[in-house]
Amino acid sequence: MTTATANLPPRFTPGTIVRVSGRGSIGHCRTPHYLRGQIGEVVSVEGCFRDPERIAYNRPGLPPQYLYRVRFPQTDLWPAYGGDATDMLEANVYENWLESADTGTQE
Amino acid sequence: MSTTHDHGRDHDHAPISDGDSPVSKHEVLETALRELLIEKGVITAEQVHAQIDTMESRNPGLGAKIVARAWSDPGFRARLIAEPRATIESAFGIDMWKVAELVVLENTDDLHHVVVCTLCSCYPRMVLGPPPAWYKSTAYRARVVRDPRGVLEEFGVDLPAATKLRVVDSTADMRFLVIPVRPDGTDGMDEAALAGLVTRDSMIGTGSAKQPV
Repeated sequence: MTTATANLPPRFTPGTIVRVSGRGSIGHCRTPHYLRGQIGEVVSVEGCFRDPERIAYNRPGLPPQYLYRVRFPQTDLWPAYGGDATDMLEANVYENWLESADTGTQE
Repeated sequence: MSTTHDHGRDHDHAPISDGDSPVSKHEVLETALRELLIEKGVITAEQVHAQIDTMESRNPGLGAKIVARAWSDPGFRARLIAEPRATIESAFGIDMWKVAELVVLENTDDLHHVVVCTLCSCYPRMVLGPPPAWYKSTAYRARVVRDPRGVLEEFGVDLPAATKLRVVDSTADMRFLVIPVRPDGTDGMDEAALAGLVTRDSMIGTGSAKQPV
């Protein structure tokens, strides 16, 4: 397992509204394309792990990244969504892919 | 199946392969890498076989026992949700491996979880064993996020409109195990009988537990 100890506390707490970065990626990445640029709510801080984007290339995966579970309304993700408006999708997203959506700042 | 295979290299071990279906580019890559690692002495064929044996030693029977105990013992259920790894390791005396962390999600009459890995095939192997073929298919992975209620219907799960739905995409280091709703009419049943009602699909969220006969 790639659990790691972080020097800093998690940047986001449950309930925070976040935006998934819309940036591109090359190679191994655990942020699905369908979530990029989407706004969701942090459900939980799952833990802190070495960065899989770096581990995949035999790097130490540092600095470690907090991993969050983020909840997105299905009707936001899929324009033609035919289910209920309360249907949600939850996914794990690393901190280096999340921006605060409360201020709209890009990082 | 012969006990040796010939790929022009000077060693002798049973072939390691998934079967006799046409070989994909990725399988060729995996085979080449594995054979080189073995040839260079980084790993041994015995280690690869032992790892396959370990992974395939787990099966949905273990998950069913965990669910049956969670249904029977509210204290266990609370500990299971709060501390899945430690609770399962101490209650069942098994090694939960260290490749990923487990999260336990509880289905209720009001809330239904269904699990997918859209990026690949992440699955709670430590409690369910290897995933079914459909779980790894691009059809399931693509469709269950776009049309979860439709896909659940195809699996025979007719979700009432009032039931809240959460699709959980295992994108990273967490693996998700669903505790299905305990069927009605099971009040007097012991854990072993209850475990018999817990299907693999009900622990992925693509099914419900069986009704008692």
